[in-house]
Amino acid sequence: MIAAPDLPPWAAIAVAGLVLAGAAMTLVGSIGLLRFKTFYDRLHPPTLGSSSGTLLIVTASLLCFSVLRTRISVHELLIALFVTLTTPVTFMMLARAALYRDRVEGNDGVPTIDEE
Amino acid sequence: MSLLVLTWALNAAQAILGLSMVCATWRVLIGPRAQDRVLSLDSLYVSAMLMLVVYGIQTGRTLYFEAALIIALLGFTSTLALAKFLMRGEVIE
Repeated sequence: MIAAPDLPPWAAIAVAGLVLAGAAMTLVGSIGLLRFKTFYDRLHPPTLGSSSGTLLIVTASLLCFSVLRTRISVHELLIALFVTLTTPVTFMMLARAALYRDRVEGNDGVPTIDEE
Repeated sequence: MSLLVLTWALNAAQAILGLSMVCATWRVLIGPRAQDRVLSLDSLYVSAMLMLVVYGIQTGRTLYFEAALIIALLGFTSTLALAKFLMRGEVIE
């Protein structure tokens, strides 16, 4: 077991809480991914891990390194910014691909095309 | 005392993230169609990236942050390429 970095008590408690909350969010998202029935349902839960899970753990890392180095360290924000920007793009592309494939094969339970 | 709490919390967080990676891997294995597998691969790399960030906090070094950033970049590109492939049957038209 690796010893944790030497933080003051308030920072240690805050980092511990943030890391645990972020990990729990990610686990809830993955369990949802495992349990939901259709693909269009399963698209939603992983975003829990990539939005709030990432944000909480990145905040913990930011707090930890800011206190350790006694200066504000912001490079962790890059990860949060990048994941927040890219996840909607990838999931929308994936949903459109799945819709296209389901419509071509004429499967049941596919959202219908809106007539203008 | 607080260091013990932090050590315990970081190890527990790694275990929880490992469990979520197991859930995603299970969905990769059983996923009925290709899009389910791509989706769980996306979830898997996000969990792995968070695991690296937690490991970086644990060791107090910023080396692992760069690895996490590279995982995020390459994961985005690969998921986008796979979605494009599922849609069109080829990546670059």
